Amino acid sequence: MSIHDLVAEEQPENFEFTAENEAEIIKIIAKYPEGRQASAVMPLLDLAQRQHDNWIPMKAIEVIAEKLGMAKIRVLEVASFYTMFNLKPVGKYFLQLCGTTPCMLRGSDDLSRCIKDKLGITSGQITPDGKFSLLEVECLGACVNAPIIQVNDDFYEDLDYDSTEALIDALSNDMPPPVGSVIKRSGSQAETGATSLSDILGSKSAKPSKKPDAKSKKTAASSAKISGV
Amino acid sequence: MPKLTVNSIEVEVEQGASVLQACEEAGFEIPRFCYHERLSIAGNCRMCLVDMERAPKPVASCAMPAADGMVISTQSDRVKKAREGVMEFLLLNHPLDCPICDQGGECDLQDQAMGYGHDGSRYKESKRAVEEKQMGPLIKTIMTRCIHCTRCVRFATEVAGVPELGAIGRGEQVEITTYLEKTIASELSANVIDLCPVGALTSKPYAFISRPWELNKTESIDVMDAQGSNIRIDSRGNQVMRVMPRLNEDVNEEWISDKARFAIDGLKNQRLDTPYVRKENGKLEAASWDQAFAAIAKNLKRVKPANFGVIAGDQIDAETMFAMKSLMEKIGSPHMDCRQDGANIDVSARGGYLFNTTIAGIDQADAVLIVGSNPRIEAPVMNARIRKRYLSNGLPVAYIGEKMDLTYPADCLGSDAQIIKDIINQTHPFSEVLKSAKNPMVIVGNGVLTRDDSQALLFQFSEMIKTFEIVHKGWNGFNLLHKAASRVAGLDIGFVPNNKTGKSAKKMLADAGDGNMGMIWLLGADEIDTSKLDNCFIVYQGHHGDAGAHAADVILPGAAYTEKNGLYLNFEGRVQETKRAAFPPGEAKDDWSIIRAFSAVIGQPLAFDTHDACRQNLITNFPHFAEIGQILPSRWKRVGKSGKISTDPIVPSLQEFYMTCSISRASKTMAESRTSRENYSNQIAAE
Repeated sequence: MSIHDLVAEEQPENFEFTAENEAEIIKIIAKYPEGRQASAVMPLLDLAQRQHDNWIPMKAIEVIAEKLGMAKIRVLEVASFYTMFNLKPVGKYFLQLCGTTPCMLRGSDDLSRCIKDKLGITSGQITPDGKFSLLEVECLGACVNAPIIQVNDDFYEDLDYDSTEALIDALSNDMPPPVGSVIKRSGSQAETGATSLSDILGSKSAKPSKKPDAKSKKTAASSAKISGV
Repeated sequence: MPKLTVNSIEVEVEQGASVLQACEEAGFEIPRFCYHERLSIAGNCRMCLVDMERAPKPVASCAMPAADGMVISTQSDRVKKAREGVMEFLLLNHPLDCPICDQGGECDLQDQAMGYGHDGSRYKESKRAVEEKQMGPLIKTIMTRCIHCTRCVRFATEVAGVPELGAIGRGEQVEITTYLEKTIASELSANVIDLCPVGALTSKPYAFISRPWELNKTESIDVMDAQGSNIRIDSRGNQVMRVMPRLNEDVNEEWISDKARFAIDGLKNQRLDTPYVRKENGKLEAASWDQAFAAIAKNLKRVKPANFGVIAGDQIDAETMFAMKSLMEKIGSPHMDCRQDGANIDVSARGGYLFNTTIAGIDQADAVLIVGSNPRIEAPVMNARIRKRYLSNGLPVAYIGEKMDLTYPADCLGSDAQIIKDIINQTHPFSEVLKSAKNPMVIVGNGVLTRDDSQALLFQFSEMIKTFEIVHKGWNGFNLLHKAASRVAGLDIGFVPNNKTGKSAKKMLADAGDGNMGMIWLLGADEIDTSKLDNCFIVYQGHHGDAGAHAADVILPGAAYTEKNGLYLNFEGRVQETKRAAFPPGEAKDDWSIIRAFSAVIGQPLAFDTHDACRQNLITNFPHFAEIGQILPSRWKRVGKSGKISTDPIVPSLQEFYMTCSISRASKTMAESRTSRENYSNQIAAE
C-alpha cells in the first residue's frame, strides 16, 4: 500500500486544533517527562481525528509533528501503523464489523451481506452520500455477545441480518438505537438471564433487572455495570 | 567485562557489547541484515539468531547484551533451522530477479541464501508488489525487493540527520518511503545504497552499467573536498564506473559524500585530451606537445621572471606542486600560490593552518564554535562526525555566520565579527560554554580566511585560545577547515609567494588586470575571476575545459585524480595517496611529467625523471610526506596580526555543494542533484 493509497487524495488546506483541544493538548503533554513529548503522539492523533470528522488529514500530522518536535514521517509512521487512525474520510457512521472467529461463527458474514445489500459497500468503502463507511476489523473484544458492529465509539451486539437492517435504517434516519445488545441481553449474561448467584441477585433476576435506557449513550460495558453483573 | 563461551571458545568482551559482537570476537560470522555497527539496533530481521543455554528459544544476538557466563552456540541444528526459517520468510515476497538486479554479486541476501536458503519455494500464494518510490536523482528504488531491515531509515535519521525516511503501514503492507515522496535532502544520501543489504536501493547513475566482478578495484582518495575520504574506484577498461567508500575510522568511517560518489560522470565530459595553442585569429587550435611547449617557452623568454606567476588549483597533487616549485626556483620567479580563492593564511607555523583536533578527535570535544564555515557543505562527512558527537553527549555547537541547517541543533550567534571580541571579553553568553568546556573546538572556515581582515581575525582567535585554554596538554582545539584538497600539501611544501617580493594569487590576478603580469600558469585553477586575464599570457594545465581553459592561450592536458598517483594532505595534515584507476584520455599526461618535460624544453631540466624520483625528491625535502596515513604532529603557535576588524558580516565562502570543481561542474548527475535540491528547498519555502 503506497502512501497515495494510504492517505486521502483530497486534503484540506489547513488544520488547526480548537481552543478546547489546545488546552487538552497542554494537559496531555504534561503527563510525560521533559524531553519525552513524542510519547503524546497517539493521544494527539486521537484528538485530531475526533475533531476532524473521524479522520486525520496530513496537515494535522504536520501540526502534531511541529508541536511535539518530531519529524513528520515519524508521526505518519505511527498514524499509518494503527488501523484505528483513519487517514481517509470515513462515513458519518463508521461501521467496524468484527470478522474474527467467534463473530464469524455467530454469523458476521450475514451482517456483512446485509450491509452490502442495504448500502452497497464492502470493507474499506464509503457510501456516496458519505453517511456510512465499512471496515472489517479484527476482534473487538466483545465475543460473548458476538457478532458485533462498532458504530463510531459504540458497540451493537448480538446482531443478525434483520437487526443489522434495523440498525442501518435507524442510523439512516439519524436515530441511533440504544447501544449494547440488540436482544436486550443484560451485560454478558446468558440470554435467558442469570443462571447462578440467584441467592444474591434474588429469585426474580431471571430477567434483566433494568432495561438499558433508550436515551442513554452509555456503552455496553457501562450498561453491564448498571445491571449489577 | 563479561566473559562468555561461544561454541566452547571463551571470549571476553567490552561491557555493553552484544552477543553478536562476542561471536565475531570468537571468530564466528553471524549472518545479519538489519544490524549495522554504526547504526542503532533494530533487531527486526531475525537472521542473527543464536542458541543460548537455558533460553527457551533462539535469541537475536544483535539485540542481546553479552553477559557473564553465557553459553552461546552458533552452529547447533536448531540455529541452522531457525535461520533457514527466517530466510524462507524473507524470500517469500522477495522477487527472483537477481539476473536483472544491480545488487547481484554483492547482495547480502543472495550470499546468505547460499548458506540458509532452500533450493525451492513452498510459497504458492501471490507475491506482493510495491510501487517504486521517488528518492531523487541518485537513488534508484525497486521497493518490491525491500526486506524492511530499516537500515536506510536509521541512517537518514541518525547519521545524515535528515529524518525523512520512514516505514509506513504495518505487517505485510509496510513500505519504506519519504514523507510524501520527496527527495532526501542530504549530502550523504547515497550511503543508503551501500547500506541496503538487498537491491531495493541502488545507484541510479550506475543502473545496469556493470557487474561487480567485472570491475578493477583501486584504493584511492577523494579530492572533492579537503577531508580526503578514503574511496575505492571501480573501473572497467579505462573507464571509471563508480566510487565506493573505503573504511577509515580516523577519516570518513565508512561514509562518503554524494559528490565524491557521483561527480565521476564529469570525468567523461569536456575533457582536455590534446594540447591547444591560441592562434593569431584568437581561436584555440589543437597542437602537438612540442608546439605547445615552444609557444610557452617563447613567451617565457619575452616575459621577465618577475612577471611570471603560477596559481595552483584545489585538486593538484603534492608532486606536481613540488615539481612546479622546483621549476619556479630554477626560473627565478617568486610568484606562486596554492590559494586561488585568496585565502590569507598565516603559514609561519604548521599548527596554525591544520585541523588540529583531527576528525577522530571530535569524539572527545565538548563544545564547538564554527566561524565562517558551513561544514555540512564544505566537509559533509566531518559534519556527520560532529553530529555523532552531538548525539552521544549533546555537544553544544554555535556558529558565527548566516543562519544554516547543520543537521544538529546549533546556535546562530549572528554574523557580526564583533561577536568574536565579545566572546573573548566574556560579555557574550557563549563564553560561559567555552569556559566550562574541557575540550572546546574552534573551527575557522574559509569565510574568515578570504576576508581582508583575516589576519586580524586570526589574531583574535589566538586571543580566544589563550583566554579559554582551547589548546592545552593533550588537546588542540584550533582548527582551520580548508575546502581544497590540495591546500595543506601546498602550504607544507611552501607553494606560496616566497619572500617579500612574491605575489599572492589575489595580487597576481589584480596585476594581470592592470597589465603588470606577463604570464600566468594556471595549474588546474578554475575557481578564479578570469575576466581580467586578457592582457596576460595564460597557460592552463588541467583536465577539464572549464573557466581556466577558456581564458588560456596554451592548454596542456593533464590528469584527473582518478588517473594519477599523487599525494594529498587532508585538512588534518594526514598524508594520503590517490592511485591510478584509469589512464588520462588522448594525449593528456601526468601533471608532474608535463612540468618535467617543459623544464627540459627551456634548458633547465629538473632533477628527476620518473614519478618515483619526483616523490623521493619531495620526501627528501619534506620527510613527513613519506608517512602515508599519518599526521605529523604540529605544535600550536599564535597566528595572525593585531589589526582593525571590519564590520562586514561573516559568511561561509561556499554556498553550493554539488558543483564546485571542474569535474563536478561537468557532471550531469551533479547538475540533476542540484536542481532536485533546489526544487526541494523551494517546496519547503513555499510551505
